[in-house]
Amino acid sequence: MTSVRISPSSLREGRWYEYVVRFALGGGATVFAGLVSSHFGASVGGLFLALPAIFCASATLIETHEIRRKRKAGLAGERRGQEAAALDAVGAALGALGLLAFAIVFALTVKASISGAFIGASLAWLAVSVAAWYVRRKTRWARRRAGTAERVGGSALPRSH
Amino acid sequence: MSEYVIRFLVGGVVVSAFAMLGDVLRPKSFAGLFGAAPSVALATLAIAIYQHGTDYAAVQSQAMMAGALALAIYSVVVCQLLVRARLRALPATLLSLVVWLVVAVGLLKLAGGAT
Repeated sequence: MTSVRISPSSLREGRWYEYVVRFALGGGATVFAGLVSSHFGASVGGLFLALPAIFCASATLIETHEIRRKRKAGLAGERRGQEAAALDAVGAALGALGLLAFAIVFALTVKASISGAFIGASLAWLAVSVAAWYVRRKTRWARRRAGTAERVGGSALPRSH
Repeated sequence: MSEYVIRFLVGGVVVSAFAMLGDVLRPKSFAGLFGAAPSVALATLAIAIYQHGTDYAAVQSQAMMAGALALAIYSVVVCQLLVRARLRALPATLLSLVVWLVVAVGLLKLAGGAT
């Protein structure tokens, strides 16, 4: 089972304008959430705190980087790019559960302590996201092992005819 | 005007920080967790508390629960479009925004939130 690791070399794959695009998208999404809140109220504006604008940019960048890497090796890379972006989407789905935990903890604690709400909600996001990722990883690994054992066991059985 | 400049700068910095953290982490599915990091939420809620107080931020975070559930469904739809329909990442993520919006607003209505 692959463990979590840090790969600083990945930062070198990015082009300067990609960081500018992400900064602009992040700033734009925050301004947009503020504008929606001021025009339609806190409730509707709150929805946009979970707007997947940043995910659109990161998935597209991941696909582009994978295609670029494969093309350097003389391969087309489109399919690998889509698969890499799909893996990122799986992670985002699990991270969204963490985001739900963030919102619940924040809503419950913000009136008691502002700093406590930010710290508690951020820790809840991290804990739930990592736990969800770990459970999915373990389940897939166990299923794969069971499948392999079944195939090996099945081929070892004598045929009836 | 200056409020929106501050929003833009704070949002840009927080989102970029989480995105760079996601860039350096492996495997990709783990890095993907940072695609749903509370980056916009941290910046917006901090400004909301400063401007309107904790009650306002509490209402925003309650509505954010609907947005987060919609984000989980959105991510699954994007994954299916990439793997099964073989769409490229940009059209898949942009088309699925409709799903996010419909689910988020639908959940908010179900929960009795103002729409």
